[in-house]
Amino acid sequence: MTVLVFVETEAGHVRQASRSAIAAASKLGEVHALVVGDAASVGAGAEAAAKIPGVTKVLKAGSDALAHTLAEPLADLLVSLAGDYSHIVAAASSVGKNVLPRAAALLDVQPIPDVLDIVDADTFVRPIYAGNALATVKSADAKKVLTIRATSFDPAPAEGGSASIEDAAAPAAGDTSRFVSAETPTSDRPELESARVIVSGGRGLQNGENFKTVLEPLADKLGAAIGASRVAVDSGYVPNDYQVGQTGKIVAPELYIAVGISGAIQHLAGMKDSKVIVAINKDEDAPIFQVADYGLVGDLFDVVPKLAAAL
Amino acid sequence: MQGRPQDPASHRRQRVSGKKTMKILVPVKRVVDYNIKVRPKADGTGVETAGLKMSMNPFDEIAVEEALRLREKGAATEVVAVSIGVQQAQDTLRTAMAMGADRAILVLTEESPEPLAVAKILKAIVERETPDLVILGKQAIDDDMNATGQMLAGLLGWPQGTFASKVELADGRAEVAREVDGGTEVVSIALPAIVTADLRLNEPRYASLPNIMKAKKKPLETLQASDLGVDTTRRLTVVSVAEPPARKAGVKVGSVEELVEKLRNEAKVI
Repeated sequence: MTVLVFVETEAGHVRQASRSAIAAASKLGEVHALVVGDAASVGAGAEAAAKIPGVTKVLKAGSDALAHTLAEPLADLLVSLAGDYSHIVAAASSVGKNVLPRAAALLDVQPIPDVLDIVDADTFVRPIYAGNALATVKSADAKKVLTIRATSFDPAPAEGGSASIEDAAAPAAGDTSRFVSAETPTSDRPELESARVIVSGGRGLQNGENFKTVLEPLADKLGAAIGASRVAVDSGYVPNDYQVGQTGKIVAPELYIAVGISGAIQHLAGMKDSKVIVAINKDEDAPIFQVADYGLVGDLFDVVPKLAAAL
Repeated sequence: MQGRPQDPASHRRQRVSGKKTMKILVPVKRVVDYNIKVRPKADGTGVETAGLKMSMNPFDEIAVEEALRLREKGAATEVVAVSIGVQQAQDTLRTAMAMGADRAILVLTEESPEPLAVAKILKAIVERETPDLVILGKQAIDDDMNATGQMLAGLLGWPQGTFASKVELADGRAEVAREVDGGTEVVSIALPAIVTADLRLNEPRYASLPNIMKAKKKPLETLQASDLGVDTTRRLTVVSVAEPPARKAGVKVGSVEELVEKLRNEAKVI
């Protein structure tokens, strides 16, 4: 069995979530990686993918049509390459979730999103109802299309392999779908999905300014990424890409510090697999304390600066 | 009813005169209400849904709202809601019409089909209705598949603007701001097209009592999935459904000092 993994790269590096997808795919069989991008930069991404242990071949497709991973040309490319692959796999990232179901429909396959565990080549575990239940499903499709929940599989190492690199025919750019712009704020902080420590804020922070003055000093001390609850994002305290939860990012850092977050089901669905959870909340009945390893009942405006000072 | 004209029908006719029609199709799903925490059945064959309150999938409410706003702005002329499932899904369609959808189509199936079958049924409906735009919720909160919109787009060969936080229509295209991992991305897609709604696209309205009454008289057409020639055989068999591993509540600490000590020496994470 050979598995095709769509691999996302960024500035010549393979994204950690894609390395988790490769780790998951390695449980199924031999792994070929597909790397796409504009013609100028796809080479560096392909070389990074070729170094990942477990990858035996890298297919690279570089064209303007693929520069922004638009779903339409990328799904067509996946379908054209699908051939004899037993499984087509990607990380359950915003790109993977956008592209793989489209490709699956074109292949007449029911995709299996958000795979948490692989039972055998046909059988997979995935969350339903915001993670309140885990369904084990067996696919009758000849070819499987999967997205992988990155936090459930330790990423494959970035170095150590030496796969061959081959060119794949890149689709031509069409006009029906065009990339216009992207607003991707850069930050010196680690990315939420790969951070070792996350400090997250909720309604208790009261405004965006308090994220800066109260949470940031603590995050700085810990080298942490900053996350937020849905309420904090909906209230405009921080941008949408901070959101941790069922409909935001799914994270599982070594240490997750929830500050002023009550712990709605949809937030817990995004962070309950963290190794150690700390909750700081003034409401001692807040549901977040039911999943926290260490709970501190208190006023965050008093406790968080003290905690930052004590580290 | 924010921004809603007093007589929407005459308002629409006025806007439409001399212009071509612009129809939006909005698929809606009947799901267990989002406030209810479901539990796996004791025998592990599924989740317990008997007797639970059912509602419109929250992302689909956002999709309906967006379609209505586009109509109220004059960018669309008709909003048609469609649901696929059991007879009771007509309640969900009445809700969509009470919010303001003009009419509805119910495609009857014995159970809730998988996204692939749903996409095939919707493709058949699109071919009958020829909408210019289909707006769906990005995912249903029961199976959390996040797939139907993308699959429908693939089957139709239409462009897709998924996880939308803003939609603008102009010159035969939709400009869609999308919520992506790194922030926001804007794409321009040619109509006809598929858009899937993310949380922050809008805040759906509540249906007023007069509009709930009015919705009872709006047309609701019922079809059988088999009439559409779609094979709804499931590709996925549920082997088992189980509770996720429970996380135990830990301890409450009395002070910042104690917290730091525990994190350093017990959890060893700092």
